[in-house]
Amino acid sequence: MTGDALAGQGLRLGYDGREVVRDLTVAIPRGVITAIVGPNACGKSTLLRGLARLLVPDAGRVLLDGRDIHAMPTRAVATRLGILPQHPIAPEGLTVTDLVGRGRHPHHGWLRRWGADDDRAVADAMRVTSTLDLAERPVDELSGGQRQRAWIAMALAQRTGVLLLDEPTTYLDVTHQVEVLDLLTDLNRTDGTTIVMVLHDLNLACRYADHLIALRDGEVVATGTPSDVVTRDLVADVFDLPSVVVPDPVSGTPLIVPIGRHHTEVLPGPPPTTALPVPELAEPRRESRSE
Amino acid sequence: MTTRAVGEQRTRTRPARRAALGAGLLGALAVLALFVVLSVCVGSVSLSPSVLLDVLAHYDPTNGDHLIIGTMRVPRTVVGLVAGAALGLSGAVMQGLARNPLADPGILGVNAGASLTMVLGISAFGVTAFSGYVWFGFAGAAAAGLLVHRIGSFGRDGATPVKLALAGAATSAALGSLTTAILLTDTEAFDEFRFWQVGSLANRELAVVAQALPFLAVGAAAALVCGRLLNILSLGGDVARSLGVNLAVAQGIAALAVVALCGAATAIAGPIAFVGLAVPHAARVLTGPDHRWILPYSMVLAPALLLAADVLGRVVAPPGEVQVGVVTAVVGAPVLVSLVRRRKVAAV
Repeated sequence: MTGDALAGQGLRLGYDGREVVRDLTVAIPRGVITAIVGPNACGKSTLLRGLARLLVPDAGRVLLDGRDIHAMPTRAVATRLGILPQHPIAPEGLTVTDLVGRGRHPHHGWLRRWGADDDRAVADAMRVTSTLDLAERPVDELSGGQRQRAWIAMALAQRTGVLLLDEPTTYLDVTHQVEVLDLLTDLNRTDGTTIVMVLHDLNLACRYADHLIALRDGEVVATGTPSDVVTRDLVADVFDLPSVVVPDPVSGTPLIVPIGRHHTEVLPGPPPTTALPVPELAEPRRESRSE
Repeated sequence: MTTRAVGEQRTRTRPARRAALGAGLLGALAVLALFVVLSVCVGSVSLSPSVLLDVLAHYDPTNGDHLIIGTMRVPRTVVGLVAGAALGLSGAVMQGLARNPLADPGILGVNAGASLTMVLGISAFGVTAFSGYVWFGFAGAAAAGLLVHRIGSFGRDGATPVKLALAGAATSAALGSLTTAILLTDTEAFDEFRFWQVGSLANRELAVVAQALPFLAVGAAAALVCGRLLNILSLGGDVARSLGVNLAVAQGIAALAVVALCGAATAIAGPIAFVGLAVPHAARVLTGPDHRWILPYSMVLAPALLLAADVLGRVVAPPGEVQVGVVTAVVGAPVLVSLVRRRKVAAV
């Protein structure tokens, strides 16, 4: 299939009348990994929820494979698009196998029973996420990384061509962050799954995403490949953060090194292309300690 | 063996576990049958089970023992069976729907709503026949349930378990004080109401059960259909929707089950506390977090508990009786406490 996997046109999204995204148009290219980045409260998660039809837009529309997502039966959408929310909660005592099995729900009608294809989908999902050894363990007793892999396995058992994830690496240590992102990359490379994720870590986003969408105040500031769009100007625009952008020594993708108030640029690098506001040094703080 | 085959074998629903759960359900049915027999035989006049066999073989209305069984014990037992099954099922659905282990008709305001409208029916509309104010009870249960759901759904996260419980508690308090206010102005007229309010299986008429039967049938069917949906809903609203569940439809079916079952059970036996709260917990401890098993277990264990409490109430303080609503709370509380202590309250 050609064309964008998912697109938002003139989206207005918000909660209880509070507008978060005003008039946003965005396209998610098929078969690549897209990362949505931006500062806190910029509307990243809201946009993701809108694209996943979890939030009904007040204006505009979302197109999945070119069709209005809200005009399609929700079960039909669920066989094409999966979403993993930020903090999914499993009921106590639910085993990993049972959780992953519940991902098969959209493929069952009111009467259709569990079949061999369901067994296969569950087994495949658990194998690629390395959760087979956890099969009988309750989800609520797993470590953070194991739990995230179990939930990703559930979303994989759903067998959708598009997978949206809201900050899949939150609360994971750096090892498990890389593990989860590697796993998502595997899925993309082997099955061509279109992946859209909201990520906090800009450097990991640059390394793992083929396509970057940078948001600020509910508006798209830049889209494109990380190498094309991520510059110190963009980082200053989007995050209000002075930084140096250098090539990642491992992947060659942009690596953002933030400059705080207490550190200045010491590396011999190219001079700033534009004059960045240099924050004035505050008075030396008096550290009063009660001890 | 290939990796794939190993994987499939390891992840296949284990037939052994299903067999064990099925056997457990049969065991629960056997326990229920035992309490049915006890309920028919034990009381101020205790009869041997052989009399029961006699009655079944050839009912003799001139025989005093037969008369006791036919006119008192059997209706009482039927009311216990029906109300118990309805309370157990509705409690299980409610806890699954609200994703709240504390959900029960008492906490979510359904009982308070039923009480208020029944009092209004008696006081303002002069309804006297029990079959008349049953309808007020239904309406009140449904209205209170909807109101609590609306209040609990305000805000960005929708109806979270905590907000629902708070909304239910607040609504219960408000409706309860209204009920009390009406009762205080007209004490005498409400003797029957107050008797109803404690919850009892005695002196309920089979005619009322017959009237409630369509509601019970619809409610039970809706509840048992809900099992798979509740399993998906238990993963949270966002995950459920991403798995293609239409939340409004799913919650609607579950709410229909709750209102029909709670309303009917409350109308025929009064607001019996605790059964709807404790039994689904016990069922969940036995079956694990799969509503396709929790629901039938609750449906069988709840009437067993209710009949056991009723029998206990008959023998504990002769020659009088302790009403079943009181006994379930007294008997149920330690059971629940021990369950909670033995393991963390199973988050639904």
